[in-house]
Amino acid sequence: MSPPRSTPLLAIGDLSVALPAMQGCVRAVDGVTLSVTAGQAVGLVGESGCGKSMLAKALMGLLPREAEIGPTSQIHFDGRPLLALSPRERRTITGRKMAMVFQDPMTALNPVMRVGRQISEVLRHHLGLDRRAARQRALALLRQVGVSMPRRRLDHYPHQLSGGLRQRVAIAIALACGPRLLIADEPTTALDVTVQAGILDLLARCQKAQAMAMLLISHDLGVVAGRTQRTAVMYAGRILELAPTRKLFGKPRLPYTRALLDAMPRLANPPRTPLKAIGGQPPDMTHLPPGCAFAPRCRWARGRCRVETPPLESGRGGDHDHRVACWYPLEGA
Amino acid sequence: MSQTSAAPPPLLSVDRLVVEFPLDRRRTVHAVSGVSFRLGEGETLGLVGESGCGKSTLARAVVQLLRPTSGKIWFRGEDVCRLRGEPLRAIRPHLQMIFQDAVASLNPGRCVGGSIAEPLRVMGGHDRRSRDIAARQMMVAVGLDAERHFHRKPFEFSGGQCQRICIARALMTRPQLLVCDEPVSALDVSIQAQILNLLASLKERYGLSLIFISHDLAVVKNICDRVAVMYLGKLCEIAAVDALFNTPCHPYTAALLAAHPEPDPDRPPATGDLVGMEIPSPVDPPAGCRFHTRCPAAQPVCSVTEPDLREVATGSRVACHFPLSAAG
Repeated sequence: MSPPRSTPLLAIGDLSVALPAMQGCVRAVDGVTLSVTAGQAVGLVGESGCGKSMLAKALMGLLPREAEIGPTSQIHFDGRPLLALSPRERRTITGRKMAMVFQDPMTALNPVMRVGRQISEVLRHHLGLDRRAARQRALALLRQVGVSMPRRRLDHYPHQLSGGLRQRVAIAIALACGPRLLIADEPTTALDVTVQAGILDLLARCQKAQAMAMLLISHDLGVVAGRTQRTAVMYAGRILELAPTRKLFGKPRLPYTRALLDAMPRLANPPRTPLKAIGGQPPDMTHLPPGCAFAPRCRWARGRCRVETPPLESGRGGDHDHRVACWYPLEGA
Repeated sequence: MSQTSAAPPPLLSVDRLVVEFPLDRRRTVHAVSGVSFRLGEGETLGLVGESGCGKSTLARAVVQLLRPTSGKIWFRGEDVCRLRGEPLRAIRPHLQMIFQDAVASLNPGRCVGGSIAEPLRVMGGHDRRSRDIAARQMMVAVGLDAERHFHRKPFEFSGGQCQRICIARALMTRPQLLVCDEPVSALDVSIQAQILNLLASLKERYGLSLIFISHDLAVVKNICDRVAVMYLGKLCEIAAVDALFNTPCHPYTAALLAAHPEPDPDRPPATGDLVGMEIPSPVDPPAGCRFHTRCPAAQPVCSVTEPDLREVATGSRVACHFPLSAAG
């Protein structure tokens, strides 16, 4: 990690998560180093199975019981080493100073508990509010996240709400204690585009109003494009490129990022623009090739790529904020 | 696309199609409420709209997976809704469909070669050997390895490969119309492009006409000749792909376009400026224009009188009292 100007709010160092599989174990997250400064929005993109959700779960302490975190892994939040804390100490941080919004709001919410009580519960547990104060605050939160008829919604069950409203309720719960970091894991993937735009606007607004940092995880490069300052691209458990969002989209140095951008159909293109598909199949995490995991699908791969794994390094021109894990990075057009 | 709509009789013509489902004794789900459109031979029609707008129901009715409540579906000069028994069986091979969840639409206990050959068995007139040979040829056509893959089970394949298998199976009967219901929505970007390119090439090779359902406007723009926009069981707008994306006439089309997230940080982020967030229930759709409850440009008349789908330019039809860019 290059020495940051100020201590980052979240500093992940060499984080590895191993999951037992049928044959041996799978390194779902493999030596990830990433930091998020207070108030900053960082995007994390990658295709399904690349480990982005496992990374989020590791941050929140929600990993499955059989998962193993590597011995040299570190997660510092606000200067405190999360992995060294007792579960009890850790719970004073997660859910309160660090909250998460999940992809599927129906499974994230308790189906047999009224919305109002689900929000109040967080407030009473973490902030020790009494029932009446918690309900008042819950009402204000629903209003803040743009739920129409908030007073009536307090008494609704999740199944009575639409997908977009449910996600707003889930966001209200995440924001309840005024977290300093919000982890949003595919928050709009299950929603229609019209609703998606509204939810992303809401997240951006809350982030600005409360000077909250956000880690926005998505498989959709379009979701991350206009809403983050920095973006990390993940492939087969590793971060392969990390750069200011504008640079990453404008002049990607990683062949995989370039290939992803070229494979996306865009509204800006004329109809019937041929798409440059990425050949081959997504990596099989149980049988990763030696060297760079993307090498079998990479047009520019050479001998070294299939033998040695490239580290995440900053560019030769001393470009410290653009890091790429590639032996032969693109020079940028 | 004016050529295709003017010249020979269309391959498919859907006329005032209504599909309703009873909810209980008194209430009805109005899934599709009077939709009419035509599809020319070799044409690709995109069908877009939010979830619950009736696009999948419409597609299922077209391939006769469900019977419409009323209306007609003309395919090769016959009203397929009136067909029963043997004549319906005879027309089914020409109407095929692929689905969003390719893995779930394959029999998990059966080798994929057998699944691909199955439509020929159902159709009859082929012995086992010729079915297997045809299946192997089709596997190669969709980019699978017939030797290595024929005897494998679906779980051994990735999502993208399963969609290739489903496409192969759908094409075995040499259909004229292939309905694709969100075929790439569950796939990663890198694989999505492979499948879109594959569909485009197969369309040329086998002379297919496609109905392509998607919620992703960029995908639709990439593959379609014409696009129909649906909202709550009604068509809002139907136009050639250039016209629809360059000069959307219906406020709903414009809202969908504005909400699309483009992978371009220099473009202002997508906005969700629809009034209200809720798509109303198809059990009790709004009176007048069904979109008026969310329309940023709604006027009093919109909540009373339902707008007809009328032509605003050659090949462009819009159902709106106050179309946006009625140039032409």
